[in-house]
Amino acid sequence: MKKDEKTTNIFLSGVGGQGAILASNILGEVFIRAGYDVKKAEVHGMAQRGGDVTTHFRYGKKVYSPIIKYGDVDFLLSFELLEALRYINWVKPDGKIVINTQEILPPSVSLGMMQYPQGVPETFKKFFKENVHVVDGLGIAKQLGNLQAQNVVLVGAFSNFFPKIKESFFIDAIKKLLAPKLHDLNIKAFEAGKKAL
Amino acid sequence: MKEIMQGNAAIARGAWEAGVRVAAAYPGTPSSEILKDVADNYPEIYAEWSPNEMIAVQVASGAAVAGARAMASMKHVGMNVAADAVMTLAYTGIKGGFMIVVADDPNVHSSQNEQDSRNWARFGKVPMLEPGDAQECLDFTKAAYDISEKFDTPVFLRTVTRIAHADSLVQTGKRVESKMPLGLDPKEAPKYVMVPAHVRPRRKAVEERMKKLEAFADKTKLNKMEINSKTYGIIASGSAYMYAKEVFPEYSFLKLGMVWPLPKKMIDTFFKTVKKVYIIEELDPFFETEIRAMGYKVFHGKDIIPNMYELSPEIVEAAVKGKAYKAPKLRVKPEDLPRRPPNLCAGCSHRPLFYALKKAGAFVFGDIGCYTLAVAPPISALHTTICMGAGGGMAHGASKAMGKDFLGKVVAVLGDSTFLHSGVLPLMNAAYNKGNTTTIVLDNRITGMTGHQEHAGTGFTVRGEVANQVDYKEIGKAVGIKEANIRYVDPYNIKETMEVVKEEMNKDEASLILCKDSPCMLLRRANPLKKFKNPLYAVNMDKCRGCKMCLEINCPAISWKEGAGQTADGQKRKGTAYINPDQCVGCEVCVQVCKFDAIEPAKK
Repeated sequence: MKKDEKTTNIFLSGVGGQGAILASNILGEVFIRAGYDVKKAEVHGMAQRGGDVTTHFRYGKKVYSPIIKYGDVDFLLSFELLEALRYINWVKPDGKIVINTQEILPPSVSLGMMQYPQGVPETFKKFFKENVHVVDGLGIAKQLGNLQAQNVVLVGAFSNFFPKIKESFFIDAIKKLLAPKLHDLNIKAFEAGKKAL
Repeated sequence: MKEIMQGNAAIARGAWEAGVRVAAAYPGTPSSEILKDVADNYPEIYAEWSPNEMIAVQVASGAAVAGARAMASMKHVGMNVAADAVMTLAYTGIKGGFMIVVADDPNVHSSQNEQDSRNWARFGKVPMLEPGDAQECLDFTKAAYDISEKFDTPVFLRTVTRIAHADSLVQTGKRVESKMPLGLDPKEAPKYVMVPAHVRPRRKAVEERMKKLEAFADKTKLNKMEINSKTYGIIASGSAYMYAKEVFPEYSFLKLGMVWPLPKKMIDTFFKTVKKVYIIEELDPFFETEIRAMGYKVFHGKDIIPNMYELSPEIVEAAVKGKAYKAPKLRVKPEDLPRRPPNLCAGCSHRPLFYALKKAGAFVFGDIGCYTLAVAPPISALHTTICMGAGGGMAHGASKAMGKDFLGKVVAVLGDSTFLHSGVLPLMNAAYNKGNTTTIVLDNRITGMTGHQEHAGTGFTVRGEVANQVDYKEIGKAVGIKEANIRYVDPYNIKETMEVVKEEMNKDEASLILCKDSPCMLLRRANPLKKFKNPLYAVNMDKCRGCKMCLEINCPAISWKEGAGQTADGQKRKGTAYINPDQCVGCEVCVQVCKFDAIEPAKK
């Protein structure tokens, strides 16, 4: 199999309401514009009720399974620290990682029964060294004046892993998936995220 | 350029391209997006949320009998509700094409059980197609209508979560109107009136149809043979095919797109061509049982492939290779991390209602909806969940069994959408059979859990048109609940709710309690925050004793902050409660729970 025929696996994780689904939809539009076969799978259902959200995203010449093999993740894009750590075992030893610094406490932590894990970026760096990138998505979105744009900030940061993919594909995808009044904000969010890495 | 589309959206698209005129459904994960997508994108199709799956099938089959192409869609348990209609429609056949989409949920991501709906096809003698990606969702939907009209039969389209909720590339086409003329012919009564004298010839017609469909199965491109290896081959369908193809691309495959009836000649050819044949199926050994009964020697099937939960590429790989999957080295033990179960939203009206039921000491016969989350600690105030509408009937039975000594102990709770789906008849039963159950309808003005679908009680259709709105009180009266026993409560007033619930539970007559003015927190059009006096509350650190009472309501906005200290009047404490201002909506439930008046209005 030629190198470019290999399927690439991206795993997105976060918490319901953070916009991880929109982020994966943007990636979908981007990689079909780049000429790849794309499959992505997510479990809907109760995510709006504060549960975790994961998306398996795969692109390549021809993709069969919509879900990634355990341990076969090339790129992890995580919207929340605990939800990043939950999937650390899924990442290949040479996998690349973007972690958002937001913490959202699950009930067992809020109730004082469990500890929120400390030093998540350091844990990742122990295993993945310079392939770990930490982004303050919420802080950047706040500077842009809209916390909702955090997901697109993270997509911007994540886009640095794909230098061969034209930036215009990302911009087109944002324009296609978001209402016109949100275009300027989200394009700025994308650019700001891209610079953050 | 191809489009990226969710499986459910591709089914909607396929229905539109096939010329479908009528689509009906009741929401259920993972099928809900099909009807919503039809309503949002394809104005040529009449679309409706029906009160339940049975009615969706009745509506769609009526349209089909009138000559139109029609679709009913539902989740796997919905098919249990619709089965009575479907099992006889298999006899009558249809005129316009009629497809029933049934979406299974292996691994119960969001369901009360795990069913393999392929069994309905064999049981009901109805052909079934199973797509493996979005393109097939579209193509097979169109094929289903051709098969339906050609063989005069309903056709099932079965998906699973990983097909329904997976996105992949789709080549779309144009809509082609059906050539079938619309109309009803009274002379066709022998075909559609299923009295015994008519049933017997139709029964025979079903068997003849199955023979023809078997022959068709061997010819259709829905089934395909991919011969690569002469040694190893795999028979699979849908998601299982995708996983197997991913890990063993060099094997031969018999991919079954039509999963019932089976292509006997193709299976024979496959076994003659390939030495060692695996049958890889998610859930039941459906093909395997049939193929073994045909006399073939299956190399491996359910002896190595699990018959429950979801498959995955690594499960298939490990099973076929006969050795444990080579997992990466564990970096962090996931079981050491705090889980993140779903929770009722901040401000949700179910939270105070269930807190009141807990304080009232009620045994709660529950139902299917967001409120099922009340089973989770620390609320822990829901004690059964079986199926849509089950709570009312079970509460009645339990009360009858236990007699009057147990009066005041039992309550049935269900949501507005669930009540209209199948909760009205248990209420009527309680009134008729001199029951004393108390039924509480948590009316939050929407079908919540599945993502906000309209129903007969919301006042809107699926397309947002203003519609008739059910009057729950009038329903109660009409089915025989005495007017004095029909009460309204404001669930946000815990004390008052508890008193009303206790009063009604203690009556030796059936009662109906309706939650008023308590819309879902996510239902923007109902302006759910309007009723709250203050937008935000905060813990007064001078007063908080760290008693943790406010944590008992499991509000996502409230957390525990460890740290020894004391109140202004010198009471020692080990920590305090903290209200996250980004999440608090001002519902005042915690204010009522706090014994020390330590939670006070704050400024946003």
